[in-house]
Amino acid sequence: MTKAMSIAAKTKQIVKKHGGDKSGMIAVLQDIQEAFNYLPKEALKTAAKAMNVPFSRVYEAATFYTAFSLKPRGKNVVKICMGTACHVRGAAVLQDKFERTLGIKPGETTKDKKFSLETVNCVGACALGPVVVINADYHGQVTMKKIDKIIDNINKEGA
Amino acid sequence: MVNFTVDGKNISAPKGTMLLEAIRSAGISIPTLCAHEAVSRSGACRLCVVEIKKGNRTRIVTSCLYAAEEGLIVNTKSDRVLNVRRLVMELLLARCPGSDVIQKMAKEMGIEPQTRFTVDTDKGKCILCRSCVRVCEEIVGVSAIGLFSRGPHKTVGTPYNEKSDVCIGCGACVYVCPTGHIEMTSTGDKRKIWGRTFKMQACTKCGKFFAPVDQLKFISKKTGASLNELTVCTECR
Repeated sequence: MTKAMSIAAKTKQIVKKHGGDKSGMIAVLQDIQEAFNYLPKEALKTAAKAMNVPFSRVYEAATFYTAFSLKPRGKNVVKICMGTACHVRGAAVLQDKFERTLGIKPGETTKDKKFSLETVNCVGACALGPVVVINADYHGQVTMKKIDKIIDNINKEGA
Repeated sequence: MVNFTVDGKNISAPKGTMLLEAIRSAGISIPTLCAHEAVSRSGACRLCVVEIKKGNRTRIVTSCLYAAEEGLIVNTKSDRVLNVRRLVMELLLARCPGSDVIQKMAKEMGIEPQTRFTVDTDKGKCILCRSCVRVCEEIVGVSAIGLFSRGPHKTVGTPYNEKSDVCIGCGACVYVCPTGHIEMTSTGDKRKIWGRTFKMQACTKCGKFFAPVDQLKFISKKTGASLNELTVCTECR
């Protein structure tokens, strides 16, 4: 089975799970992103056809929400909270540290496809600020030292 | 029928009529950009604002989307209306400095470019009114184009900015665009639009290139009319 075929098959399965019509579009896009870590063009086209929605409407939704990525992302997605509370507690410095450690800017992915860096506006955990969300894990009161530890741990797990 | 007053004039209109249509048919002019007869109203350009009075309260509403109500008192030229309209026009002018339509409208309203609004250089003539997207969906029925991204990055186009395989090259989007943002060039038997080149059909009688082949195929498929019938231009038919 080619890669393109498996994307189409998986997408059809996801659309079916959500009732097969356009009312579940956002949920479908979320599931596609969960399955492939981003929204592949092939998947969007297949989903549009399966839901009987114009491709342009699906692409509109996919580009509107910042939570969706149209570019392939790394295995671990680092989201630095840039909300007001995190910002005043030094999120900008953390961003700098991540950029230097990983060698990428927000919106980019490392060459080995291990990490992607993103900035988000608020994750709703202001009391824990500055917050960094890696995949589904929330790291509160992050410091420069903690960052090295976190990245080390992920690298160890991956090895 | 509902009865209401506009600028002190008594007007009656069928129930459900939008204020814009009712007021215009009473001979009072209201500037608009996005209200095109071919597509549904969206209230995008914000130029059609009027002030309405219900009881003791007054409100600014977009007249193209507000249905006429019994006893409503509408003012189309109050200071408040003119203020809002002026601000909207100033913003449109800052966004699309290259649009002759907007320049002309601004001039008529006596509006100068404002230094407090940074002039955009990358937005072309697009005011994001969505008229083209709506005509492609509502009238043509192919939805080849859309408005993508959001906020200051929002742009009109085809998905991924690639050649669309559903576009039929009809040019309806060019026709409804109030500011002339969408580019379509026709030379000989070729028409270029949205980055794709369409082959034009020559009329079998007069030989004039009159419509893209893809559009005729689409019409034939939708209406069941044979393609041979459609290869004669509307003037020769």
